[in-house]
Amino acid sequence: MSHVRSHRDGGRAPTRGTLRLGAGAGYSGDRIEPALELVERGDLDVLVFECLAERTIALAQQARRRDPDTGFDPLLETRMRSVLGAAVERGVRIVTNMGAANPLAAARRIAAIAGELGIGPVRVAAVLGDDVLAHVLAGDYRFEESGAPVRELGDRILSANAYLGVGPICAALRTDADVVITGRAADPALFLAPLVDAFGWSMDDWNLLGQGTVVGHLLECAGQVTGGYFADPGVKDVPDLARLGFPIGEVAADGELVVTKVAGSGGRVSAATCKEQLLYEIHDPARYLQPDVVADFSGVRVEAVGSDRVRVVGGRGSAPTGMLKVSVGYLDGWIGEGQIAYAGAGALARARLALAIVRERLRITGVQTSETRFDLLGVDALHGASASRRAGEPYEVRLRVAGRSASMAEAARIGNEVETLYTNGPAGGGGAVKSTREVVAVQSVLVPSSAVRPSVETVEVPA
Amino acid sequence: MKLRELAHSRAGDKGDTSNLSLIAYDARHYEHLRRHVTAEAVRAHLADVVAGDVVRHELPGLAAFNFVLARALGGGVTRSLAIDAHGKSLSSALLELELPAPDDERAPAR
Repeated sequence: MSHVRSHRDGGRAPTRGTLRLGAGAGYSGDRIEPALELVERGDLDVLVFECLAERTIALAQQARRRDPDTGFDPLLETRMRSVLGAAVERGVRIVTNMGAANPLAAARRIAAIAGELGIGPVRVAAVLGDDVLAHVLAGDYRFEESGAPVRELGDRILSANAYLGVGPICAALRTDADVVITGRAADPALFLAPLVDAFGWSMDDWNLLGQGTVVGHLLECAGQVTGGYFADPGVKDVPDLARLGFPIGEVAADGELVVTKVAGSGGRVSAATCKEQLLYEIHDPARYLQPDVVADFSGVRVEAVGSDRVRVVGGRGSAPTGMLKVSVGYLDGWIGEGQIAYAGAGALARARLALAIVRERLRITGVQTSETRFDLLGVDALHGASASRRAGEPYEVRLRVAGRSASMAEAARIGNEVETLYTNGPAGGGGAVKSTREVVAVQSVLVPSSAVRPSVETVEVPA
Repeated sequence: MKLRELAHSRAGDKGDTSNLSLIAYDARHYEHLRRHVTAEAVRAHLADVVAGDVVRHELPGLAAFNFVLARALGGGVTRSLAIDAHGKSLSSALLELELPAPDDERAPAR
């Protein structure tokens, strides 16, 4: 076993030879208290919060333009007030991408919270440099998805952020920070960086980096590996989901992982829960592209080794591509929507009549849409008509009409044409609702890693 | 029988691409699934949803498969008009697929 570097002299030194990583959130809006349970009872070295979905950063960039002190995760304050005191007291370091579009403002906010709560000394390190909007606009980039030139979007572009790797997160950890806060970074890198830092893994040991990516990938969605998003009564039962425990990864210097959770918490860690999360959203399991490695999950082995304890080994890797994925957020028009429900005998026929009426109304009143969609909720909304033909007629049906328009005013006309079914449509329609929302869409470009120059800035709270 | 009796699944998304895992409860059913749950069978089963290709990745060590469905999410999660823009419920649609029972009628291992 190699020596594990301790956090702060006099702090709780993890001399046991494994590093214990906890996942405190699987997405921005996730439950709050499981993270505190991890800090208080998980015997952790590091607590990671992964909170940044694809387009969240574009929305955060919009907020930052309105107010330069904002642009970070809306729940940052709530999460920090919950765990920061307990974490600093126990020497548990926090790593999170809750900085979103403004990691430095987030770091200052965390420092202010620490000061207010009398927690100190505290060092917060912000990882900067993922914002590559200027570089992308100056270049000749085309979207990977549509092939269209990025510049064609003009002032509809909101943001362009590169998925950073472990390098700058390790640099932030080397400042001995109690909290490391990033903007866009590869989700697994939030977990891989503390491993590289603690065990001194070489950045060209591709197999170790591949296995470390397995660790990050299994933990990053928090409850999704401890029985969340898994239960199917009678087939796959999971106890006590209302008190779901979030995961702990015990990682050895050679990368061997045991996934577990706090004893007595809800949920279940089994080979099956780990396999479902291992294959989640990875596309080709043999080529999971990351900033620092191309990870290969095809040889991973998963084995239960105790109650709520699963051993995961066999992740491998090869050299990275030299390109970083950049998510570009842009305004993409408006979506208007309306819904109304029908019930009882003949409900389906009345809903179909309502659908035909709205379709005709949108045509004869000249509502401008580039795309429309007509769903019967409870019948064909999720998987189309052929799936529902196998089922019987439902007691209740809800019509949903959605369309894409260039302006809010035009999009609003879609919901209006559903609402007017009250007095103009079939009998017994109820519960009509209508809405509009502006679309913030995301596509990606690839930029050379060398074009991205991350940096670290620290904020101190004295004792 | 329904696929749900032999395997479980989780759906994920990236852009306009859906990712469906398929994991055998009992590793002894892996070959049976490999024979019957082909990329073509999944493409036909989800024809109302998938506009692009279906690719199947095989993971014998996990007794699992990973299906990658192109152009399956109404133009992409961030701009789709669909009520389930992420296609999260597609795992349940996959498990509705009908296939012959395996030779043994062993109860699935839990």
